[in-house]
Parts: sequence; C-alpha cells; structure tokens
Amino acid sequence: MKVLVPVKRVIDYNVKVRVKADQSGVDLANVKMSMNPFDEIAVEEAVRLKEKGMATEVVALSIGPHQASETIRTALAMGADRGILVKTDQTVEPLAVAKILKAIVEAERPDLVITGKQAIDDDSNQVGQMLAALLGWPQATFAHSLELAADSAKVAREIDGGLQTVEVKLPAVITTDLRLNEPRYASLPNIMKAKKKSIDEKTAADLGVDIAPRLKVLKVSEPPKRGGGMKVESVGALLDRLKADGVI
Amino acid sequence: MASLVLAEHDNAMLKDATHKAVTAAAAISTPVHVLVAGENCEAVAQAAAKIAGVEKALHADAPSLARQLAEPMEALILSLAGAYDAILAPATTTGKNILPRVAASLDTPQVSEILKVVSPDTFEHPIYAGNAIETVQAPAGKIIATVRTAAFGAAAEGGGATLEKITAPADPGLSKFIGEALSKSERPELTSARIVISGGRGLGSAENFKLLDSVADKLHAAVGASRAAVDAGYVPNDYQVGQTGKVVAPDLYIAVGISGAIQHLAGMKDSRKIVAINKDADAPIFQVADYGLVGDLFKSLPELDEELAKRGYK
Repeated sequence: MKVLVPVKRVIDYNVKVRVKADQSGVDLANVKMSMNPFDEIAVEEAVRLKEKGMATEVVALSIGPHQASETIRTALAMGADRGILVKTDQTVEPLAVAKILKAIVEAERPDLVITGKQAIDDDSNQVGQMLAALLGWPQATFAHSLELAADSAKVAREIDGGLQTVEVKLPAVITTDLRLNEPRYASLPNIMKAKKKSIDEKTAADLGVDIAPRLKVLKVSEPPKRGGGMKVESVGALLDRLKADGVI
Repeated sequence: MASLVLAEHDNAMLKDATHKAVTAAAAISTPVHVLVAGENCEAVAQAAAKIAGVEKALHADAPSLARQLAEPMEALILSLAGAYDAILAPATTTGKNILPRVAASLDTPQVSEILKVVSPDTFEHPIYAGNAIETVQAPAGKIIATVRTAAFGAAAEGGGATLEKITAPADPGLSKFIGEALSKSERPELTSARIVISGGRGLGSAENFKLLDSVADKLHAAVGASRAAVDAGYVPNDYQVGQTGKVVAPDLYIAVGISGAIQHLAGMKDSRKIVAINKDADAPIFQVADYGLVGDLFKSLPELDEELAKRGYK
C-alpha cells in the first residue's frame, strides 16, 4: 500500500506573527519556518503504517518555493521514502493545491493520502476535503485514531461533541487532528540518510494545473486590541464589577 | 438569487449556530433558505422554518443523511446548488467537513470562518490563529463560506418560512457511520453558552478540575479548558478552547489557572468580558483580561463559589 503525505512549510508555531505595516500580508522575512504541525502528525502516522508492515512506500510532497525541499527532507528524516516538490514562488490557494495533489495522485496511484487537517498559516481547513471531492474518494477528517484494513479504514474523528467513528473505502483521504499521535524527532543517522533520498522536482505547469489565485486579498490587518483591564483585590469586588457590567 | 444555509442539528434539536449563519447569509444574498438534512428530523425542519428572515426550509430526510457524512451531504448540496449564489455553513466540525467538498466540486474557492461581511463578495476572516485578519474578495460566481458563529448575532425566532420536502440523491456508498462517543453534560454547550469558565494546567489534576463545576453550576456556565490541561489529561479534548479547539465568544469568560498562550487566546479573546484568576501576576492572560485576580486559585475558587452562594446564585 502506497501512502502520499502532503506537507506544508509554514511559519513555526512558536513565532509571533507580525502584520506588515502596508497591510499586504504578514512578515515572512527572517522568520523561522517549519513543517505545519498537523502535517508532522500525518508523516508520523504514515511512517508508523510502514513500520507495521501495512504501507510499502511513503511519499512526501510539498508545494512551495525551493526551501520547501527542507520541509520534505524533514519528512524523509522521519521515515518517508522519497519526496516530490512542486515548485512555485506564488501563493497557492487550497483549491489549486487540491488540483495539484489530484494530478500527483493520478500519476502516483497511492491507496491513501494522509495530511494535516489545516495549515497553521491560512487556517483554511479545506485541502483534504477538496482533494477527496475532486477524486471522488471518501474522506475521514480530523482523525483521532486510525485502524487500517486491506480495503477500508476505520477512523475515529474529533467532532464538536466528542468522537465519531466512520469507515471509509480505500482509496481515501485522511486528515489528522492533534491527538492522532506524537510525532518523533528525527535521529541524526536518519537525518544523514534522508540527504541521500531523492526529491523529484516538478512545476504546476508540468502537471497542467492553473494556480492563479482566485480570491483577491484586499488587506491583512491586526486584530482589534482589547482595552487594558484592571486588577481586582477580592472575589467580592470582582462579582460587584461583573454585576455592574450586567454579565452575571 | 438566494443563499442556502446548512442547518446544524442532531436530528432532534436545531442548534443556535444555524441562526448565526443565517445572519451572515442575509448580508450576502436574500432570500435565505435553510437546508435541514438528516433522518427523522421533521421537528428540526419546523424549527428552521421559524427563524426570522428565512424564506424556505428545505427538509431532506433519509437514512444515508442521519449522520451528515460528507459524501452523501456533498451529493445533496450539489443537487440544489444551481439555484443559489451563496452557500454557507456554520464553521462547526460538520460544516468544515462538508463544505470544501462542495466548493471543489463546483470549482469555486471557499472562504473559511468569515468574521464579517464587508460587502456581498468581500469578507474578513482570521488567519494565523486570529493573529491577523485577512480581507478577501471572492471572484464572480458563487460565494462559498463557512461562518465563525461567535462573530455573528443569532437571527431571531418568529419567522414563518414555507417547509419543503426534498428528495436526497442516492448515497455514493463510500463511507459509513460506525458509532460515536459524545460527552454527556447537563451544562450548556461551550460554543453557545453565555458564560464559560475554563481551567488550565494550574488546576494540577483531573480531580482538581472538578473545582470548576460548582461555580459553573451556579452561573449556568459551560466548562472549557486550555490545550495544556487537555494534553495533561485533566479533561477530554472536546473541552478545548483555542486555535486547535473551539472558538468561543461568550458574554463572560473566566480563565482559571490559564497562563494565556497565543493558541488559547485565539479561541476566547473576542469574549465580551474576560476574567483571569492566576497566581502569576505576569501571566499573559492578564493582558487580555478586563478583570484580573492575582492569587492562588485553590483559595480564590472556593471563595468565589461561597460568595456566589451568598449572593443567591445556585
């Protein structure tokens, strides 16, 4: 069974993002970039399937600038077998990402695509679902646990009220939630080994996909700031305030 | 034309998230129709027809729709899509699961978690966990968007929409429901509660977390948690408030023993009033709190409980 794992290079989750003064976007210059944390969980899950003998090959894919190959190397160091970089310097919207992935899926014929439920930069939470729709495949989003059989997958999903378990036919798209697993740190020998693994480079044009943005970003601004608060000395004083504000 | 709103419900009750999405839809394209898809959900469809501003409630009832799985729901919405220039769903796990499938099949980009309708094709929505707000304009054609329900007021009751039964397309047969484990609680739901009290790692244990219960009961509040408290195993994940959990905007949010990591603030900073109880006076939570009480929560919480009882809250 072949598993395809799309991974995205994003601002590291520990970095406090700054909106650019001209409101054209957020400042990416000299900012630490890492693999999207949800995608790390996807890589880990795929590698575990391989270690359990259920997957035969794990292919990591990223869409982005030249530096996205570093993100693929991280996946390779975690245990993915080879990489594909679809190189572009422009912003690729979720629908275009899904179209690129569809083209790759048609060429690679994986049985399973596992990716993060959302990227922590645009927070769209769309790509997995869109890819499944374009392929006519079932989806199991927000995966909390995964049980794989020969031609189906049983997935417990994190939903608003708790957990929901669904069974999907393979091939399928699975998107990961936080509690699916805890990703490993790549060991030094594995990082060295990853340097020898191959990364195939393509462009969206090679795949025949139009990635021109369809949404027009008019501006990116700072969220409204909350006014400064005050300290209260006792619970009595606190309740007086809340009562006066009419919230209790 | 018109807009279509996917109703949030559990076959028995129509959820408030629907009313909020209707408010957003009314600002984009009218008339507003609500789609209630499920199994034996007649009562929900009737409730949807009573939302003010809704012209028609569409009721699709079939066993394949009982759990609103993405694949049959996509087929259903696509069968209706031609009549609408906007299709919206509340940004719940149900809406987020279904709507991108519809968008992709219609070759239309989706705008996720809209906070504000600037004009019928232009929206504000959060990126980077709410640390930046992006204003985007959708291209000509259909608008497809999920709605951050905490950002919109609920449409009132009192409408008189027509109720129309519609037939669901055949189930694509790609997925099936196996089971669910829902948290049982007598308390209001986190995302619609008027008051939320959340605990963090400062509570120290699952046992201590129960200290919040008595205060929550007196205030009729929902109980939430920070990701740190969830990761430490004090409470299940559906308690989580934050970027990776639920986004809430109650009238009153009480954060107990929560330091205020960016990821938590992303989930609650739009609350009307925020109270923080923490022993560390420098904790970042105090920067967003309207009222801060610096002190040991194991002393403050029982005091708060007692003071509420004294003032007649029970």
